Amino acid sequence: MHTSLMADREERRFAEVSRESIKLMAESAGVELGDDVAGLLAEDVCYRLREATQSSSQFMRHAKRRKLTVEDFNRALRWSNVEAICGYGAQDALPFRSVKDGELYFVEDREINLVELALATNIPKGCAETMVRVNVSYLDGKGNLEPQGTVPSAVQSLSDDLLKYYQQITRAILGEDPHLMKVALLDLQSNSKIAALLPYFVYVISGVKSVSHDLEQLNRLLHMVKSLVQNPYLYLGSYVRSLVSSVMYCILEPLAASINPLNDHWTLRDYAALLLSHIFWTHGDLVSGLYHQILLSLQKVLSDPVRPLCSHYGAVVGLHALGWKAVERVLFPHLPAYWANLQAVLDDYSVSNAQVKADGHKVYGAILVAVERLLKMKALSLSQPVEGGSSAQVGSTMGSTGYRVSSPGLSPPPEPLTEAALGIASHLQAGGSGCPWEEWTPVPLPAMYSELYSFFGDSLAVRFSTGPGKGNYAPCNPSQVSNSRKEPSGATSNPDTTRKMPQLTANLNISPRQDGSPRMDPSVARASSVQRSRSSSSRSGQRSTGLSRDVFPKARFTPPQTGPPVFSFLIGGRQMGRRCQGRRPFQTTFAPSASLPIPPRAYTHKLPVIGRVGKPVRRWTCSHYSLHLPL
Amino acid sequence: MAAVQGGLVDAVEEKTIKSEPVADATANNSANDARAPSSSPGSGVSPGVNKPAAGAAEDQQTLLAVLQFLRKNNLSESVEILRREAGLPEDSLDQKGGDSTGTGLGGPEADGRTDAGSLLSRVTVSSSAPSKAVAEDQPDVNVVLSAYSQQGDPALYEVYYSGLKKFIETVLDCHRAELSQVFYPLFVHMYLELVYNNHENKAKAFFEKFSGDQECYYQDDLRVLCSLTKKEHMRGNETLLDFRTSKFVLRISRDSYQLLKRHLQERQNNQIWNIIQEHLYIDIFDGMPRSKGQIDAMSGSLAGEAKREANKAKVYYGLLKEPEIELPLDDEDEEAENEEGKPKKKKPKKDNMGSKSKKQDPNAPSQTRIPLPELKDSDKLDKIMNMKEATKRIRLGPDNLPSICFYSFLNAYQGLTAVDLTDDSSLIAGGFADSTVRVWSVTPKKLRKVKSAADLNMIDKESDDVLERIMDEKTASESKILYGHSGPVYGISFSPDRNYLLSSSEDGTIRLWSLQTFTCLVGYKGHNYPVWDTQFSPHGYYFVSGGHDRVARLWATDHYQPLRMFSGHLADITCTRFHPNSNYVVTGSSDRTIRLWDVLNGNCVRIFTGHKGPIHALAFSPNGKFLASGATDGRVLLWDIGHGLMVGELKGHTDTIYSLRFSRDSEILASGSMDNTVRLWDATKAFDLETDDFTAATGHIHLQDNSQELLLGSYMTKSTPVIHLHFTRRNLLLAAGGYNP
Repeated sequence: MHTSLMADREERRFAEVSRESIKLMAESAGVELGDDVAGLLAEDVCYRLREATQSSSQFMRHAKRRKLTVEDFNRALRWSNVEAICGYGAQDALPFRSVKDGELYFVEDREINLVELALATNIPKGCAETMVRVNVSYLDGKGNLEPQGTVPSAVQSLSDDLLKYYQQITRAILGEDPHLMKVALLDLQSNSKIAALLPYFVYVISGVKSVSHDLEQLNRLLHMVKSLVQNPYLYLGSYVRSLVSSVMYCILEPLAASINPLNDHWTLRDYAALLLSHIFWTHGDLVSGLYHQILLSLQKVLSDPVRPLCSHYGAVVGLHALGWKAVERVLFPHLPAYWANLQAVLDDYSVSNAQVKADGHKVYGAILVAVERLLKMKALSLSQPVEGGSSAQVGSTMGSTGYRVSSPGLSPPPEPLTEAALGIASHLQAGGSGCPWEEWTPVPLPAMYSELYSFFGDSLAVRFSTGPGKGNYAPCNPSQVSNSRKEPSGATSNPDTTRKMPQLTANLNISPRQDGSPRMDPSVARASSVQRSRSSSSRSGQRSTGLSRDVFPKARFTPPQTGPPVFSFLIGGRQMGRRCQGRRPFQTTFAPSASLPIPPRAYTHKLPVIGRVGKPVRRWTCSHYSLHLPL
Repeated sequence: MAAVQGGLVDAVEEKTIKSEPVADATANNSANDARAPSSSPGSGVSPGVNKPAAGAAEDQQTLLAVLQFLRKNNLSESVEILRREAGLPEDSLDQKGGDSTGTGLGGPEADGRTDAGSLLSRVTVSSSAPSKAVAEDQPDVNVVLSAYSQQGDPALYEVYYSGLKKFIETVLDCHRAELSQVFYPLFVHMYLELVYNNHENKAKAFFEKFSGDQECYYQDDLRVLCSLTKKEHMRGNETLLDFRTSKFVLRISRDSYQLLKRHLQERQNNQIWNIIQEHLYIDIFDGMPRSKGQIDAMSGSLAGEAKREANKAKVYYGLLKEPEIELPLDDEDEEAENEEGKPKKKKPKKDNMGSKSKKQDPNAPSQTRIPLPELKDSDKLDKIMNMKEATKRIRLGPDNLPSICFYSFLNAYQGLTAVDLTDDSSLIAGGFADSTVRVWSVTPKKLRKVKSAADLNMIDKESDDVLERIMDEKTASESKILYGHSGPVYGISFSPDRNYLLSSSEDGTIRLWSLQTFTCLVGYKGHNYPVWDTQFSPHGYYFVSGGHDRVARLWATDHYQPLRMFSGHLADITCTRFHPNSNYVVTGSSDRTIRLWDVLNGNCVRIFTGHKGPIHALAFSPNGKFLASGATDGRVLLWDIGHGLMVGELKGHTDTIYSLRFSRDSEILASGSMDNTVRLWDATKAFDLETDDFTAATGHIHLQDNSQELLLGSYMTKSTPVIHLHFTRRNLLLAAGGYNP
């Protein structure tokens, strides 16, 4: 409102409440208003709003602030005998949501599950105690004793103790002794008196950019981030942005360390992604504004073919870390385009390409893990709302809640974040960069599955057919499915079991069915047409599998009698070694007859560790390397 | 606890006797208040000359208004007495009051009144305006606005205005600046008239056409005005009431005024002439017309400049004589000398000279003009300490700038709104938006509470260290939190003896806290609206407060009702300060004026205009001669209290100035602002000017723009607005603010 008069003397342009809005509001209250009445009311409302705003500014001035808060406005209302507005007292910006059709923006007013809130295990951190610190800023009016610019510090002097602590901790963490490092990290995680040091630590961590050649150091810095994030006494405030940007650097950047194939930068990226998800889960309130920004940057990396594969890998694990919704919105729509590039890499068997190809397999594996969870979670989220009566949100919230409890690190970001991403900024950004935020429509699960299946073939399918009790759910009718779903929702919480969860398989299982089998054909056809780069042999192989069973998921439940699914396990190998991990899945396509060196089950059991702990299994690597590489 | 409260009660008893005359004076005060603003309505434009006849008529009208008010409130006896004393005939009221006797002031029927009635209604309004704030009586808008009911042809307003504009543009240069002053008030009143008479579109067109011509410093008011487009909106709009209830004061030279008058009469431009007569007060002076620069320096307030008479009263700005304290100088000095190895002879000499010079100050008020509390032993000890520190004081100057220490409030997420430090810099207190007041000890000495009453009984009262024994060691801590307010704490002040703390809050109360028990002793209720600021008198006992209700109040700690109410500001009182001699208080307001009030009789003795935004910082120089003020416009203005003149303008800050402080010897002025800087100014040089008689007589100041020369240093904080400044007794500068990550 302040802008109005100064800017335009000629034309008064105050923020105005339109006649239509008044009518709408009246309607929602059950009153019909005539045009003229609404017009008069609108004008009066505008005036009252302006009046209240003008008088609220004095509360801001006396509070010695520059920012007008909702609280100021409420005080103005209260003093003019108007009821205050509740529920907008948060310090954070309130993002506007837009409605897709029609120019309507509103502030999300979501229902809060009080039970969940009350029983939440992550109790919000209290702020550190208010205190006064003194420092000699200027001696004799000359110069500043504190060196300027070296440290992005608060106005605070460090006491000697703190300074010593800071030096010891940084030395221990960045030093050689792993035991000392552990102690230091533990202390950083639990020390309640280091609030004053936070800026310094954040500064140290922001040094990731300068040590991108040193995996070890990067790792230690990430551990430091983890400790800071986990410290319950620390209010990260705006420093969380800096932390997130450091973490993002480790996830996305083509680090100097990646040049040497012997360096396991993959693990670093995995760990960084894990950390990112952790930050989003535990400090959701602080980073909610960042969520969308991060999605965009991940998307940018993913859609940039010039970037090295390790960056793409980072983008995929990053999306995975941000939750299945992020995967659905960014990775999934990009997959067809991206697949072409990836396929080209994977199909190039030249020796010079070996390294790149190995990287390609890494990416392949990461995508597979991501979409696997996407499918599972989506199936879960679709299954829930039926009982709740509310939208899919509730279901997914509960689903993700279940997840959170047991393993925050793996959980998708809390629900509000996903929604916050649709803030007004996102709307603008979407307009600017033309990304498909607005037009985005959720792809139905069956279609999604079939499209993904067309990429991954049985490597994907087999992920849902593991574990015991395959027979249980073979006959699927809806009622049974919903029963089966309720039961596992608790079990879903454990990602490790999730992987082997027969119930989940059942969920997935049903989706294509609901759609009906006839759909299969066109979708597969479409999918195959998408992948032009795919070799003809692979295509035919895929299609034959797809067509051989009219309802392929059902076939998953029969023991792996067919050849292709058995081979396809080996994509799990993405994690297995440094160089030749992901090669296996493609055996299905070009070496369907190759005998299996290892029983598939053995690999499936290793799947849970995918994306988290890189344990190179050298023996495997060596033994099968020669088999499939025309070296 | 009991002991401390007992102590307070003792103090109370001591003072009740002395303060009686003060309390008596309060009764007269309200009458004074009523009279001051109402002195204008009858006189019209009567160009600057005092007409005794008009004055008498005016008095009678005021009297009538008072009578009416009394009758309304069924105080028939008082009516009778007052009537008899004034010698009015018995039917005087009924004659004029007509319909209003039963229903009280105004009312909707005021519109339809006859001319006689409207004259009366104007009287009642202007007298009821000040009491509005006090008694919370919203003056009836219809009455206030009734003057707008005589209207001309709305279509001609633009013609009139642009006609005048054309005329003023063509007059001689020397008159143009002066006559241009007429534009703004004329514009406002014409616009309001249009709105009042329901010519909404005409009003909008008028506003759009001419609002661009107005001086930029009226933007804030224009913004308010602009949102006002309907008659209904005018009801209850405070800004509007200000325009109407107070006359906009212009200072114009006689020549310029004659020019304007002739023009308007020639053109038969009655519309404008009427407005000038009704709503403007033109203060005519003989001599050269003022230049644009001179006018701009003084204008900018809500109601124009101050009238010249307003600043004529004598102000006793000198300091009170320091009480004689037998210093055990020699013993102490020897010790001090041993410690520091300084020559011994100098100190006693200095002290002697100091006490001599304080003996006679012709400008000082008499020692007993305001009854002041007697010094307690502890106060004397403190004075001795102060003197000793003073001898170690650093002499500041342009070449010897003070060191600055910054007190940062960390983790103050709840919003730091006010800070104060004790004079000896041992305690710091913060007021917060979450209604708490927090006190910290900034020395190693921890804060302790007095023991509970039961425990106090156990103490041996005869022992030498009884004062130490009453303290409860277990409660020792670095900081204490005081809970009690129910709204943000906007003002905070330590008592000079460090026993009490005052806090004023949005909840409309001022609270007195004991720093012995860390409990609330009194809640002073009187302001029914947010209290923006409060301050203890330098001698303790009294304190002043001001807030949203536009009335500053003087209180004594042992009276639950105010002793004085200073009314006259047209908008919120944003800050209040005591003069070093406790005889005056100064208030700054969002009407962009500063007023100096006499504590003795409650009169407004100075009105300073020139700021272009709400005033948020005030500081007296330690010698009591000068005043510095800072506002949202980022400028510091310096005032000579004795002459009632602006003597300097310090430009440099880019945001609201929230704190000002002179060094102990007045050499340096420090200013702290929202723009995260502390700036030091050469006060000696700024005040080093000769005020000639002519300037003093006319009030026409001529400021040189020498801010850059006077600026000695500008010191950045890190993202921390400076909301308090304090010079220690040794001239170390302390600044405080809440860190804003």
